[in-house]
Amino acid sequence: MQTQSFTQRFANPTRFMAFSGALMPWLAGLSVLVIAYALYRGFTAPPDYQQGKTIYIMYIHVPAAWLGMMGYALIAASSFGLLVFRHPLADVSAKTAAPIGAAFTLLALITGSLWGKPMWGTYWVWDARLTSVLILFFLYLGLIALRSSIEDEPLAAKLTAVLALVGVIILPFIKISVEGLDIPSLGISIPAWNTLHQPSSVFRSDGPKIHISQLVPLLISAIGFTLLFFTMHLKAMRNEILRRRVKSLRLAEVDRARASETTVAAE
Amino acid sequence: MDFGPHATFIIAAYAAVIIVLGGLIVWLIFDGFHQRRLLNELEARGVRRRSAQRVSRGRLDHE
Repeated sequence: MQTQSFTQRFANPTRFMAFSGALMPWLAGLSVLVIAYALYRGFTAPPDYQQGKTIYIMYIHVPAAWLGMMGYALIAASSFGLLVFRHPLADVSAKTAAPIGAAFTLLALITGSLWGKPMWGTYWVWDARLTSVLILFFLYLGLIALRSSIEDEPLAAKLTAVLALVGVIILPFIKISVEGLDIPSLGISIPAWNTLHQPSSVFRSDGPKIHISQLVPLLISAIGFTLLFFTMHLKAMRNEILRRRVKSLRLAEVDRARASETTVAAE
Repeated sequence: MDFGPHATFIIAAYAAVIIVLGGLIVWLIFDGFHQRRLLNELEARGVRRRSAQRVSRGRLDHE
């Protein structure tokens, strides 16, 4: 008997619908519980010695920024799956992840501005980090607009996949813009841009630079919002599969009407 | 709950999350109901997918 990989197993939309239908309520419930617990931990933690209670914005801003980038990585991986492996659900995944990723990126921009005003004295600066995240948001809008402008679904899927793969360069740029990149073994040394945005406080080679009382709620919040992202993605994929079934049924109805017209004409 | 001197910014940030994600969730649920209703209407009219017709035709041939 041949063993199937995880992705091969769910290549069948009917099987995917059964699996996702059973999983989604649990995932939704778990995401609500985890986010609620994270916010409880965050709001009961002592305020930051410098930023005071504006640190509360971190529990939504940082997960939103991470998920904005993860959403684009998911679209790029799905696009790769479509162009290279022609996986039947790859395009469904790429198409439905775009509005969700755009929503999280928009939230990262809004909450970042609202955090920036009391801490930096301004809502916005045209520096490398903020501008690169804004470009990421425009890339999402570009993917959504490109797909909507082409009626032929397979062609729209391929063109959107190519744009998604070209645009993936923005992800390392967002990271490097604040922290630079130094790989001596490869002779690569990119200096960090001058920016108001602080470097990463969590994923650092010398360990997190954030107090444990804030780190724990932040990580729990990130897990909760990630679960919420995947719940929404599963729901959006299910909707898209139903939409494609409706479309194919309408085509079948038109075919049937044409066939009966031909029969009547022949008689 | 006291959010301190910058309460407006904190409340506005959380309100943005509720509005954006809440709106997205409501749209996803509504869209799911809408697609399901359209599918049920088509199936009630006796319209079946071509793949389903092929399967049933294959079964009839076999029988």
